[in-house]
Amino acid sequence: MSGAGAGATGSGANGAGGAPRDPAALAAALADRAYLADDGLATALHLALHLGRPLLLEGDAGVGKTEAAKALASVLGAELVRLQCHEGIDRSQALYAWDHARQLLHLRVTEASGDDPDEASLYAERFLLERPLLRALRGGRAVVLLIDEVDRADEEFEAFLLEVLSDFQVSIPELGTVRADEPPVVVLTSNRSRELSDALKRRCLYHWIDLPDAEREARIVALRAPDVPADVVGLVTEVVARLRALDLYKPPGPAETVDWARVLASLDGGASTGASAGAGAGAGTGTGTGANTDPGARDRRLGLLAEALGVVVKDHEDLERVRAALGPHLGG
Amino acid sequence: MAEPTDPATAWTLAVARRLRADGVVVTAGQVLACVRGLRLLDAATDAPLRRRVGRVTLVSDPAGLAAFDRLGDLAGPPPRPLPPVAVPSRPDAGGLDAAVDRPGAPAAPDASLVAGRHASARERLRTRRFDALGPGERAAVQRALAELRVTTPRRRSRRRRPSRRGELDLGRSLDRAVAGLGEVIDPVLRAPDLRRRPLVVVLDVSGSMAPAARALLGFALAARRTAGGRDRAAVEVFAFGSRLTRLTRLLDRRDPDAALVAAASAVVDWDGGTRIGASLDALVREHGPRGVLRGAVVVVCSDGLERGDPALLGRAAGALRRRCHRLIWVTPLAGDDAFAPTQRGLAAALAHVDVLLPGHDLASVEELARAVGRAVAPAPRRAYAP
Repeated sequence: MSGAGAGATGSGANGAGGAPRDPAALAAALADRAYLADDGLATALHLALHLGRPLLLEGDAGVGKTEAAKALASVLGAELVRLQCHEGIDRSQALYAWDHARQLLHLRVTEASGDDPDEASLYAERFLLERPLLRALRGGRAVVLLIDEVDRADEEFEAFLLEVLSDFQVSIPELGTVRADEPPVVVLTSNRSRELSDALKRRCLYHWIDLPDAEREARIVALRAPDVPADVVGLVTEVVARLRALDLYKPPGPAETVDWARVLASLDGGASTGASAGAGAGAGTGTGTGANTDPGARDRRLGLLAEALGVVVKDHEDLERVRAALGPHLGG
Repeated sequence: MAEPTDPATAWTLAVARRLRADGVVVTAGQVLACVRGLRLLDAATDAPLRRRVGRVTLVSDPAGLAAFDRLGDLAGPPPRPLPPVAVPSRPDAGGLDAAVDRPGAPAAPDASLVAGRHASARERLRTRRFDALGPGERAAVQRALAELRVTTPRRRSRRRRPSRRGELDLGRSLDRAVAGLGEVIDPVLRAPDLRRRPLVVVLDVSGSMAPAARALLGFALAARRTAGGRDRAAVEVFAFGSRLTRLTRLLDRRDPDAALVAAASAVVDWDGGTRIGASLDALVREHGPRGVLRGAVVVVCSDGLERGDPALLGRAAGALRRRCHRLIWVTPLAGDDAFAPTQRGLAAALAHVDVLLPGHDLASVEELARAVGRAVAPAPRRAYAP
């Protein structure tokens, strides 16, 4: 149950172990993990590392709230422990539970062998099911705890969470108190489906992740999808920027831009311009639409993007608005 | 505590003071975090960096971020204190504030209430138009609204509760079995928990609508009180004139009178003209993605006198309808027998409305309370359809 443990299988080269010295170094290390953090986010993550306070990340869907925590764990060489919140989540799903089936089995075996059942042996460590919060408390500094979509949990659970995040200790009646020697790094994300309690918010550092501008987004796409040719990246981010300017109900996020770029690259596939694909990983990819000399290529690609519009626009009214504003081939 | 001459502390305290002056709550813990952050990064004199540190540590929501960004040049001298916000009050029949009977202020005795027998006075009050109420009657109407029970239909939740029938709760059953040294004597059952659907009340507070808006604000307060506990948070209230404002947080105050005054001062655009379409559009855009509308019963109270584009109102009403469980439109105009939805705005919106109700007197608000609680929407009232 304890989340997707993305191990520290970083791409080597970067100095593993130990936190980066300052926000700029952290941002560079994150970029090595294909995560681009702006100054504000880098500062926020850096402070979360050093002030021992949880970091609350908010922002539109798809801006990379969850990815930020994953990338941070990778930079620190720490284990990512993820607690996905949902309606009705409770202590037994978040903290610990006893493995009743094995306890019963143990009882039967003890009885069968004629011994007296012993309660202490029943609540031994081996019957304890460790859930994400307990795992994080025990892991301490070796863990980045991601509490995802905390706004989905009920308010009672939020109060319990506040308790854990304040003291970094819990008591398990049968086992005693578990305390983190050094508190783990904690990142919370919320989609603002409801207001979190003031107490929890004030306990946290806070950062709002904005949608990136076209130039940053081009760099994000280049990092996330290194196989996509630079001129495709430029075209896609240009069109996405135009879509965002249309005041849609659901503007596309960077995750969707990356998908769209991948889709276009594969649809465009064998046809022409295979050449630039090789060195695509370079960081400073400009919006080089001029790179492609074939004037028909741009129109063909716009047509392909129009066909795959559903990758980035997922609302019927928005689709109509886009078609009205940009024309059926997104050329406008 | 650090000495005040330390630049990190001095800067932090100055910023916190100015944020608080802007209505942002900044706790001592947040101030401390900021000072520690500044020292950690040696940022006390580095303007862009210390700004970033302050932004992360001192505020905790988008409203706070906006306030922080409004501070402008943080190195500059503190701004002059703002003059107290004047709440524009209208002559009578006007703003919400004008209508609140302040405790202690002698309510003018109303002839119709004093003269009649008690029961019949109550009955008369039920059908008295909101825009024709005397001050004493207003208080009586608010008291009557306070006693109203407003509940939304229930929906099944993902949460499960112990129950006398339902599926086997294996975990709890085995837990008991372990306590009983291995005998499963007493299985525990569980069933889906039932929660109330969210209620969203959207009030037009432009001049002519104010009396009805006031009554429906009382209605929303009653809904919050009736819901109580964990369902309380599921009642949201918005107001609009020329723009949309969320009132929900203001309603958390104990005293409903204070809530009315607070609401009046929050919606300062009394005379900006009514832009219903743009306001509903803002509701869908800004609050829809947060899930405020999902599965909710939405009550819009407006006369449909649109200053903007009726086509936008039609589109916004359609978008709203598709995002909620049920859309109820309340208009005091429908209290007239001769009513027909000829206002172009209202006609555009009605195509998307499940229920159209009058909202001109106490009796009609009681009918609204019943409509909100009904599990299945009645067929749209085609009599009014354009």
